[in-house]
Amino acid sequence: MSLKIIVLAKQVPDTRNVGKDAMKADGTVNRAALPAIFNPEDLNALEQALRLKDAYPGTTVTLLTMGPGRAAEIIREGLYRGADGGYLLTDRAFAGADTLATSYAISMAIRKIGEFDLILCGRQAIDGDTAQVGPQVAEKLGLSQITYAEEIKEVKDGKIIIKRRLERGVETVEGKLPLVVTVNGSAPECRPRNAKYLQKYKHAKTVTEKQEADTDYTELYNVRPYLNLQEWSVADVNADVKWCGLSGSPTKVKKIENVIFQAKESKTLEPTDNEIDGLMKELIANHTIG
Amino acid sequence: MNNLFVYCEIEDGIVADVSLELLTKGRTLATTLGCKLEAVAIGENLDNIGEQVFPFGIDTLHLFDDSRLYPYTSLPHTSILIKLFEDEKPQVALMGATSIGRDLGPRVSSALFSGLTADCTSLEIGSHEDKKEGKTYENLLYQIRPAFGGNIVATIINPECRPQMATVREGVMKKEVLDTNYKGETRKYDVNEYITDADFVVSVIDRQIEKSKTNLKGSPIIIAGGYGVGSKENFQLLYDLAGVIGGEVGGSRAAVDAGFIEHERQIGQTGVTVRPKLYIACGISGQIQHIAGMQESSIIISINNDPTAPINTIADYVITGTIEEVLPKMIKYYKQNMK
Repeated sequence: MSLKIIVLAKQVPDTRNVGKDAMKADGTVNRAALPAIFNPEDLNALEQALRLKDAYPGTTVTLLTMGPGRAAEIIREGLYRGADGGYLLTDRAFAGADTLATSYAISMAIRKIGEFDLILCGRQAIDGDTAQVGPQVAEKLGLSQITYAEEIKEVKDGKIIIKRRLERGVETVEGKLPLVVTVNGSAPECRPRNAKYLQKYKHAKTVTEKQEADTDYTELYNVRPYLNLQEWSVADVNADVKWCGLSGSPTKVKKIENVIFQAKESKTLEPTDNEIDGLMKELIANHTIG
Repeated sequence: MNNLFVYCEIEDGIVADVSLELLTKGRTLATTLGCKLEAVAIGENLDNIGEQVFPFGIDTLHLFDDSRLYPYTSLPHTSILIKLFEDEKPQVALMGATSIGRDLGPRVSSALFSGLTADCTSLEIGSHEDKKEGKTYENLLYQIRPAFGGNIVATIINPECRPQMATVREGVMKKEVLDTNYKGETRKYDVNEYITDADFVVSVIDRQIEKSKTNLKGSPIIIAGGYGVGSKENFQLLYDLAGVIGGEVGGSRAAVDAGFIEHERQIGQTGVTVRPKLYIACGISGQIQHIAGMQESSIIISINNDPTAPINTIADYVITGTIEEVLPKMIKYYKQNMK
């Protein structure tokens, strides 16, 4: 038995490492100062896909990502780790999309890819933490969903058995393929890049990237067609511009604020015996502790 | 019609705290909006749900009682909410930002093409002027949440689409009974008019749900560690202090991500919100998403070797030093003076 798997992945700014230079003088976030990374839980999802590929020969793993041109990096990263191919959904008309407009665009791209048994993605992306796109893509495609997957235990006879990690426990569920599975960060980490694939795919490029490159590799891409990364626009996936980007987003951002903490007058102490003892004495005296 | 709905999560016949917290907030918002507060309960053996929720000021309770509806699976609950919302046209729908709410909410919002904001830390009612369109909207739900890893706070609105949907984490809103004698109407539904066999493509084979091991929300003293604690081993110092003075240990997201402490103990927007009497922040820099989850603590002590750590601005006491030097001193003083 072989499977056709689509993995949804997002390139995200590494918000976990927001340093002091990542905030501009006016207090807004300087996205340029943040490294762009493969969304961590999408890597967990990719690993689940690659494990199925190991277990069921003939299985193919196709990446789908949406973002600006540089998000092609996500597809290459997937190829280096063992994926078979990928698509970059990129168009100015997608800009400003909320989760619903994003899910619409992705669902249209999945329809364009056509056949699949399983769609895998991370539970949520670290730049928004909404966990909405997986379930919304499932809804748009009329598929069921299994969220918070930690382990795909078995795929057999068109059924999949999955262990889910919930807030206060675990649940094992069985679902009928095809469906959408969102993978939790507690699932095994993704395998590293494979040296062989790194060699094979290091020149993999989208049309736009090829046009921007200094060297002409036309010959190379003719000989090795797998180095051509597909780039899709709104029109390529037969999407309606009305449902994309800002116009397809029911939620609007009314206001963005830097948080101003309600600063308190704080007492600064040195870590000496004297000052710590004084503090503890005070906390015991006013019954905060003890 | 056009009322405020809260989806009630039920485990073993008990309505989850997060749902009761949302009913409390929902009651206030409904009063501001001049509309009714309605609750939806989907599960099995729901006869005692009414007595649990009416005291929070529910005007209508919608009951969908069927053995196939518990434990929760995505499609049946989604199908019920979609049809109910199409009939009742709520202006606002709230649910917990739990494993269930975050599975259910996005599907419902996708089907109804209504916006959904995840993990709100505050909900308010206000107006909005769209200057480009020359339109003014009254009585919108302001869905306020930290964004971008917690570095900014965004106010999100859904001007055109209904219901305006939001999820909120447990502990963010306060739970408060309005009136123990409050009476509302109960409506029982024929579940088969809402779901079909096709909704049962996913079935639960095994389920092991534990009662929460930690009681962060209820603890009057919390000692929380951040990335600055340095290692899982160093967290032992926090447990030692907690053991001595009596408290719970929590962690920031950075500490959880680094594997120093389990996720269940995460404090902040994507974790638990706490309001203890005393909060001792150890090696926590103080990203907004963390502060959102602890700023209402009565007394905050920050122990940090970086005197410019943002959390220091909201602390009552700032100790500039390392936890290795400070915590043992606190333990020593307490042991010597309280025995």
